[in-house]
Amino acid sequence: MTTTIIKTTTRLLAPLILVFGSYIILHGHLTPGGGFQGGAVFASGLILLIVANVRDKVQKLFEKTPLTQLESLGALGFLGIGLLGLMSYTFLKNAIANSGFLFGGTTPQGINPGYLNTGGTLSYLNIFVGTKVLAGLTSIVLIFFLILRRERDEW
Amino acid sequence: MRKALGLFAFLAFVLFLFAATISLRPFGEPPHAEMDSYFIEHAQEEASANNVVTSVVFDYRGFDTLGEATVLFTAVSGVLMALRHYGGKEK
Amino acid sequence: MNGSLFVNFPFIVVALLLALGFYTIGFKRNLIKVIIGVEILEGAVNMFIVALGYVKGGYAPIYTQAPQEAVGKMVLPTPQALTLTSIVIGVAVTALMLAFAVNIYRHYGTLDVTRVRRLRG
Repeated sequence: MTTTIIKTTTRLLAPLILVFGSYIILHGHLTPGGGFQGGAVFASGLILLIVANVRDKVQKLFEKTPLTQLESLGALGFLGIGLLGLMSYTFLKNAIANSGFLFGGTTPQGINPGYLNTGGTLSYLNIFVGTKVLAGLTSIVLIFFLILRRERDEW
Repeated sequence: MRKALGLFAFLAFVLFLFAATISLRPFGEPPHAEMDSYFIEHAQEEASANNVVTSVVFDYRGFDTLGEATVLFTAVSGVLMALRHYGGKEK
Repeated sequence: MNGSLFVNFPFIVVALLLALGFYTIGFKRNLIKVIIGVEILEGAVNMFIVALGYVKGGYAPIYTQAPQEAVGKMVLPTPQALTLTSIVIGVAVTALMLAFAVNIYRHYGTLDVTRVRRLRG
Protein backbone atom coordinates (compact mmCIF):
# COMPACT_ATOMS: atom_id res chain seq x y z
CA MET A 1 0.00 0.00 0.00
CA THR A 2 2.91 2.39 0.54
CA THR A 3 4.34 3.03 -2.89
CA THR A 4 6.68 5.87 -3.76
CA ILE A 5 3.89 7.81 -5.50
CA ILE A 6 1.70 7.79 -2.39
CA LYS A 7 4.57 8.75 -0.12
CA THR A 8 5.65 11.70 -2.28
CA THR A 9 2.10 12.98 -2.74
CA THR A 10 1.47 12.76 0.99
CA ARG A 11 4.67 14.62 1.80
CA LEU A 12 3.58 17.47 -0.46
CA LEU A 13 -0.08 17.48 0.53
CA ALA A 14 -0.03 17.05 4.31
CA PRO A 15 1.46 20.47 5.22
CA LEU A 16 -1.13 22.23 3.06
CA ILE A 17 -3.96 20.33 4.77
CA LEU A 18 -2.55 21.17 8.21
CA VAL A 19 -2.34 24.88 7.34
CA PHE A 20 -5.90 24.84 6.01
CA GLY A 21 -7.16 23.19 9.21
CA SER A 22 -5.44 25.83 11.35
CA TYR A 23 -7.01 28.56 9.21
CA ILE A 24 -10.50 27.10 9.69
CA ILE A 25 -9.98 26.87 13.46
CA LEU A 26 -8.62 30.42 13.82
CA HIS A 27 -11.33 32.01 11.64
CA GLY A 28 -14.17 30.07 13.24
CA HIS A 29 -16.01 33.19 14.39
CA LEU A 30 -15.83 34.90 10.98
CA THR A 31 -16.23 32.34 8.18
CA PRO A 32 -17.98 28.98 7.82
CA GLY A 33 -16.27 26.45 10.04
CA GLY A 34 -15.13 26.38 13.62
CA GLY A 35 -13.39 24.21 16.14
CA PHE A 36 -14.99 20.92 15.21
CA GLN A 37 -14.65 21.21 11.46
CA GLY A 38 -11.12 22.61 11.57
CA GLY A 39 -10.06 19.91 14.00
CA ALA A 40 -11.46 17.27 11.67
CA VAL A 41 -9.52 18.73 8.71
CA PHE A 42 -6.31 18.89 10.75
CA ALA A 43 -6.82 15.31 11.91
CA SER A 44 -7.36 14.17 8.32
CA GLY A 45 -3.94 15.58 7.43
CA LEU A 46 -2.33 13.64 10.27
CA ILE A 47 -4.31 10.51 9.30
CA LEU A 48 -2.96 10.84 5.76
CA LEU A 49 0.54 10.73 7.25
CA ILE A 50 -0.43 7.64 9.25
CA VAL A 51 -1.94 5.53 6.48
CA ALA A 52 0.74 6.30 3.90
CA ASN A 53 3.68 5.04 5.94
CA VAL A 54 4.81 1.65 7.20
CA ARG A 55 4.23 0.63 10.78
CA ASP A 56 7.70 1.20 12.24
CA LYS A 57 7.96 4.69 10.81
CA VAL A 58 4.51 5.63 12.13
CA GLN A 59 5.44 4.36 15.56
CA LYS A 60 8.63 6.41 15.53
CA LEU A 61 6.78 9.46 14.23
CA PHE A 62 3.98 9.43 16.79
CA GLU A 63 5.90 8.17 19.81
CA LYS A 64 6.78 11.69 20.92
CA THR A 65 3.46 13.30 19.91
CA PRO A 66 1.52 14.05 23.13
CA LEU A 67 -1.97 13.20 21.81
CA THR A 68 -3.42 12.26 25.21
CA GLN A 69 -1.98 15.39 26.79
CA LEU A 70 -3.40 17.54 23.96
CA GLU A 71 -6.86 16.07 24.47
CA SER A 72 -6.74 16.71 28.22
CA LEU A 73 -5.46 20.23 27.53
CA GLY A 74 -8.46 20.88 25.28
CA ALA A 75 -10.98 19.75 27.90
CA LEU A 76 -9.30 21.66 30.75
CA GLY A 77 -8.98 24.79 28.61
CA PHE A 78 -12.67 24.65 27.75
CA LEU A 79 -13.57 24.38 31.44
CA GLY A 80 -11.13 27.17 32.34
CA ILE A 81 -12.56 29.57 29.76
CA GLY A 82 -16.04 28.64 31.01
CA LEU A 83 -15.04 29.41 34.60
CA LEU A 84 -13.65 32.76 33.42
CA GLY A 85 -17.26 33.75 32.76
CA LEU A 86 -18.01 33.45 36.48
CA MET A 87 -16.05 36.69 36.96
CA SER A 88 -18.88 38.68 35.46
CA TYR A 89 -22.16 36.74 35.52
CA THR A 90 -22.54 33.04 34.75
CA PHE A 91 -20.69 29.98 33.49
CA LEU A 92 -19.56 30.39 29.84
CA LYS A 93 -20.44 34.10 29.81
CA ASN A 94 -18.54 35.96 27.11
CA ALA A 95 -16.24 37.85 29.50
CA ILE A 96 -13.40 38.73 27.09
CA ALA A 97 -15.50 40.46 24.43
CA ASN A 98 -15.04 44.26 24.24
CA SER A 99 -12.30 44.13 26.88
CA GLY A 100 -9.34 45.02 24.69
CA PHE A 101 -7.54 41.76 25.48
CA LEU A 102 -6.31 39.45 22.70
CA PHE A 103 -9.37 38.60 20.55
CA GLY A 104 -11.25 41.21 22.58
CA GLY A 105 -12.04 43.81 19.94
CA THR A 106 -15.47 45.26 19.31
CA THR A 107 -17.59 43.64 16.62
CA PRO A 108 -19.25 46.20 14.33
CA GLN A 109 -23.00 45.74 13.88
CA GLY A 110 -24.43 44.59 10.59
CA ILE A 111 -22.48 43.47 7.53
CA ASN A 112 -18.73 44.04 7.89
CA PRO A 113 -15.54 42.75 6.25
CA GLY A 114 -14.68 40.65 9.31
CA TYR A 115 -11.90 41.43 11.77
CA LEU A 116 -9.82 38.62 13.27
CA ASN A 117 -9.32 40.42 16.60
CA THR A 118 -12.94 39.98 17.70
CA GLY A 119 -14.99 37.18 19.17
CA GLY A 120 -14.01 37.18 22.85
CA THR A 121 -14.19 33.75 24.45
CA LEU A 122 -15.55 32.18 21.24
CA SER A 123 -12.11 32.26 19.59
CA TYR A 124 -10.46 30.65 22.63
CA LEU A 125 -13.17 27.98 22.80
CA ASN A 126 -12.69 27.31 19.07
CA ILE A 127 -8.96 26.78 19.58
CA PHE A 128 -9.41 24.46 22.58
CA VAL A 129 -12.17 22.40 20.94
CA GLY A 130 -10.07 22.14 17.77
CA THR A 131 -7.13 20.80 19.80
CA LYS A 132 -9.39 18.28 21.48
CA VAL A 133 -11.03 17.05 18.26
CA LEU A 134 -7.77 16.67 16.35
CA ALA A 135 -6.17 14.74 19.19
CA GLY A 136 -9.23 12.50 19.60
CA LEU A 137 -9.73 11.60 15.93
CA THR A 138 -6.02 11.06 15.33
CA SER A 139 -5.66 8.79 18.35
CA ILE A 140 -8.72 6.71 17.28
CA VAL A 141 -7.19 6.04 13.85
CA LEU A 142 -3.73 5.51 15.36
CA ILE A 143 -5.06 2.86 17.75
CA PHE A 144 -6.80 1.01 14.89
CA PHE A 145 -3.71 1.23 12.69
CA LEU A 146 -1.20 0.06 15.27
CA ILE A 147 -3.35 -2.85 16.42
CA LEU A 148 -4.61 -4.10 13.06
CA ARG A 149 -1.22 -3.84 11.33
CA ARG A 150 0.44 -6.03 13.96
CA GLU A 151 -0.49 -9.36 12.37
CA ARG A 152 -0.32 -8.71 8.64
CA ASP A 153 2.80 -6.64 8.39
CA GLU A 154 3.65 -8.09 4.99
CA TRP A 155 1.64 -5.36 3.18
CA MET B 1 -42.19 -17.14 7.18
CA ARG B 2 -40.53 -14.85 9.70
CA LYS B 3 -38.68 -13.09 6.93
CA ALA B 4 -41.90 -12.50 4.96
CA LEU B 5 -43.53 -11.05 8.08
CA GLY B 6 -40.57 -8.74 8.58
CA LEU B 7 -40.67 -7.64 4.96
CA PHE B 8 -44.39 -6.87 5.26
CA ALA B 9 -43.81 -4.74 8.38
CA PHE B 10 -40.97 -2.97 6.61
CA LEU B 11 -43.14 -2.16 3.59
CA ALA B 12 -45.88 -0.80 5.86
CA PHE B 13 -43.28 1.38 7.57
CA VAL B 14 -42.02 2.72 4.22
CA LEU B 15 -45.61 3.51 3.19
CA PHE B 16 -46.06 5.40 6.46
CA LEU B 17 -42.83 7.32 5.81
CA PHE B 18 -43.98 8.47 2.39
CA ALA B 19 -47.45 9.44 3.65
CA ALA B 20 -45.79 11.51 6.38
CA THR B 21 -43.47 13.12 3.82
CA ILE B 22 -46.29 14.21 1.55
CA SER B 23 -48.43 15.58 4.37
CA LEU B 24 -45.55 17.49 5.96
CA ARG B 25 -45.43 21.28 5.81
CA PRO B 26 -43.95 22.69 2.57
CA PHE B 27 -40.19 22.88 2.33
CA GLY B 28 -38.64 26.26 3.03
CA GLU B 29 -41.32 27.81 5.26
CA PRO B 30 -40.55 27.15 8.94
CA PRO B 31 -43.62 27.98 11.04
CA HIS B 32 -41.88 29.03 14.26
CA ALA B 33 -38.75 31.15 13.79
CA GLU B 34 -38.95 33.56 16.73
CA MET B 35 -35.97 32.11 18.64
CA ASP B 36 -33.79 31.93 15.55
CA SER B 37 -34.58 35.48 14.45
CA TYR B 38 -33.65 36.63 17.97
CA PHE B 39 -30.32 34.82 17.56
CA ILE B 40 -29.70 36.33 14.13
CA GLU B 41 -30.49 39.87 15.30
CA HIS B 42 -28.65 39.84 18.64
CA ALA B 43 -25.69 37.49 18.03
CA GLN B 44 -23.31 40.30 17.07
CA GLU B 45 -23.83 42.38 20.21
CA GLU B 46 -24.32 39.55 22.71
CA ALA B 47 -21.82 36.94 21.50
CA SER B 48 -19.52 39.24 19.51
CA ALA B 49 -19.19 36.94 16.47
CA ASN B 50 -20.06 37.37 12.81
CA ASN B 51 -20.82 33.66 12.42
CA VAL B 52 -24.22 33.08 14.01
CA VAL B 53 -23.83 29.28 14.04
CA THR B 54 -20.61 29.55 16.06
CA SER B 55 -22.25 31.90 18.53
CA VAL B 56 -25.15 29.45 18.96
CA VAL B 57 -22.80 26.49 19.43
CA PHE B 58 -20.32 28.10 21.83
CA ASP B 59 -22.29 30.83 23.58
CA TYR B 60 -26.03 30.18 23.75
CA ARG B 61 -25.65 26.39 23.92
CA GLY B 62 -22.24 26.16 25.57
CA PHE B 63 -23.24 23.38 27.96
CA ASP B 64 -24.25 21.24 24.99
CA THR B 65 -20.80 21.63 23.46
CA LEU B 66 -19.15 20.75 26.77
CA GLY B 67 -21.12 17.49 26.87
CA GLU B 68 -20.23 16.80 23.25
CA ALA B 69 -16.51 17.15 23.97
CA THR B 70 -16.96 14.73 26.86
CA VAL B 71 -18.64 12.24 24.51
CA LEU B 72 -15.63 12.37 22.18
CA PHE B 73 -13.25 11.74 25.08
CA THR B 74 -15.40 8.81 26.26
CA ALA B 75 -15.35 7.29 22.77
CA VAL B 76 -11.56 7.45 22.55
CA SER B 77 -11.15 5.77 25.92
CA GLY B 78 -13.81 3.19 24.96
CA VAL B 79 -11.95 2.27 21.76
CA LEU B 80 -8.71 1.99 23.74
CA MET B 81 -10.43 -0.23 26.32
CA ALA B 82 -12.04 -2.50 23.71
CA LEU B 83 -8.84 -3.08 21.73
CA ARG B 84 -6.22 -3.11 24.49
CA HIS B 85 -6.14 -6.92 24.75
CA TYR B 86 -4.73 -7.30 21.28
CA GLY B 87 -2.33 -4.39 21.12
CA GLY B 88 0.32 -5.29 23.62
CA LYS B 89 2.05 -2.52 25.49
CA GLU B 90 2.23 0.35 22.98
CA LYS B 91 -0.32 3.18 23.16
CA MET C 1 -50.81 16.96 -4.11
CA ASN C 2 -48.54 16.99 -7.12
CA GLY C 3 -47.22 20.42 -6.28
CA SER C 4 -46.43 19.48 -2.71
CA LEU C 5 -44.58 16.40 -3.97
CA PHE C 6 -42.12 18.60 -5.84
CA VAL C 7 -41.85 21.19 -3.09
CA ASN C 8 -41.10 18.47 -0.53
CA PHE C 9 -38.35 16.86 -2.59
CA PRO C 10 -35.66 17.00 0.19
CA PHE C 11 -38.07 15.29 2.60
CA ILE C 12 -38.65 12.53 0.05
CA VAL C 13 -34.90 11.98 -0.21
CA VAL C 14 -34.79 11.78 3.59
CA ALA C 15 -37.58 9.17 3.56
CA LEU C 16 -35.72 7.09 0.96
CA LEU C 17 -32.52 7.19 2.99
CA LEU C 18 -34.41 6.24 6.16
CA ALA C 19 -36.00 3.25 4.38
CA LEU C 20 -32.60 2.18 3.04
CA GLY C 21 -31.00 2.44 6.47
CA PHE C 22 -33.75 0.48 8.21
CA TYR C 23 -33.63 -2.21 5.50
CA THR C 24 -29.87 -2.55 5.92
CA ILE C 25 -30.12 -2.82 9.71
CA GLY C 26 -33.00 -5.27 9.64
CA PHE C 27 -32.17 -7.67 6.82
CA LYS C 28 -28.39 -7.82 6.45
CA ARG C 29 -26.40 -10.37 8.42
CA ASN C 30 -22.88 -8.95 8.20
CA LEU C 31 -22.00 -6.70 11.12
CA ILE C 32 -20.03 -4.27 8.94
CA LYS C 33 -23.10 -3.81 6.74
CA VAL C 34 -25.22 -3.17 9.82
CA ILE C 35 -22.78 -0.43 10.84
CA ILE C 36 -23.02 1.08 7.35
CA GLY C 37 -26.82 1.05 7.75
CA VAL C 38 -26.55 2.97 11.03
CA GLU C 39 -24.37 5.51 9.23
CA ILE C 40 -26.96 5.93 6.43
CA LEU C 41 -29.66 6.43 9.07
CA GLU C 42 -27.58 9.09 10.77
CA GLY C 43 -27.02 10.92 7.49
CA ALA C 44 -30.77 10.87 6.85
CA VAL C 45 -31.49 12.39 10.26
CA ASN C 46 -28.85 15.10 9.78
CA MET C 47 -30.32 15.97 6.37
CA PHE C 48 -33.80 16.14 7.87
CA ILE C 49 -32.73 18.56 10.61
CA VAL C 50 -30.92 20.84 8.16
CA ALA C 51 -33.85 20.75 5.70
CA LEU C 52 -36.26 21.77 8.48
CA GLY C 53 -34.32 24.98 9.05
CA TYR C 54 -34.25 26.18 5.46
CA VAL C 55 -35.96 29.45 4.57
CA LYS C 56 -36.93 29.94 0.92
CA GLY C 57 -34.29 32.08 -0.79
CA GLY C 58 -32.28 32.41 2.42
CA TYR C 59 -28.59 33.11 2.87
CA ALA C 60 -26.05 31.51 5.22
CA PRO C 61 -26.26 33.08 8.72
CA ILE C 62 -22.82 34.76 8.55
CA TYR C 63 -22.35 38.52 8.49
CA THR C 64 -18.80 38.53 7.08
CA GLN C 65 -18.96 40.16 3.63
CA ALA C 66 -22.56 39.11 3.13
CA PRO C 67 -24.53 40.60 0.23
CA GLN C 68 -26.70 43.57 1.12
CA GLU C 69 -30.02 41.75 0.65
CA ALA C 70 -29.05 38.98 3.10
CA VAL C 71 -30.11 40.96 6.18
CA GLY C 72 -33.43 39.62 7.44
CA LYS C 73 -33.38 36.66 5.03
CA MET C 74 -31.08 34.22 6.80
CA VAL C 75 -31.44 30.47 7.28
CA LEU C 76 -32.26 29.35 10.84
CA PRO C 77 -28.97 28.77 12.74
CA THR C 78 -30.12 26.46 15.53
CA PRO C 79 -30.74 23.33 13.38
CA GLN C 80 -27.26 23.73 11.90
CA ALA C 81 -25.73 23.89 15.38
CA LEU C 82 -27.65 20.76 16.42
CA THR C 83 -26.45 18.96 13.28
CA LEU C 84 -22.86 19.87 14.12
CA THR C 85 -23.29 18.23 17.52
CA SER C 86 -24.89 15.19 15.91
CA ILE C 87 -22.09 14.69 13.37
CA VAL C 88 -19.33 14.65 15.98
CA ILE C 89 -21.25 12.25 18.21
CA GLY C 90 -21.87 10.07 15.13
CA VAL C 91 -18.13 9.80 14.46
CA ALA C 92 -17.51 8.79 18.07
CA VAL C 93 -20.26 6.16 18.01
CA THR C 94 -18.99 4.74 14.70
CA ALA C 95 -15.48 4.34 16.07
CA LEU C 96 -16.85 2.53 19.12
CA MET C 97 -19.01 0.22 16.97
CA LEU C 98 -16.06 -0.69 14.72
CA ALA C 99 -13.90 -1.44 17.76
CA PHE C 100 -16.53 -3.83 19.10
CA ALA C 101 -16.87 -5.42 15.64
CA VAL C 102 -13.12 -6.12 15.69
CA ASN C 103 -13.52 -7.62 19.17
CA ILE C 104 -16.41 -9.84 18.04
CA TYR C 105 -14.45 -11.06 15.02
CA ARG C 106 -11.47 -11.98 17.20
CA HIS C 107 -13.67 -13.84 19.68
CA TYR C 108 -16.05 -15.72 17.37
CA GLY C 109 -14.11 -15.89 14.11
CA THR C 110 -17.09 -14.57 12.13
CA LEU C 111 -19.12 -11.41 11.62
CA ASP C 112 -22.44 -13.18 10.92
CA VAL C 113 -25.00 -11.96 13.45
CA THR C 114 -26.98 -15.21 13.44
CA ARG C 115 -23.92 -17.18 14.49
CA VAL C 116 -22.60 -14.61 16.92
CA ARG C 117 -25.77 -14.97 19.00
CA ARG C 118 -24.80 -18.47 20.11
CA LEU C 119 -22.82 -18.43 23.33
CA ARG C 120 -19.45 -20.12 23.09
CA GLY C 121 -16.58 -20.63 25.45
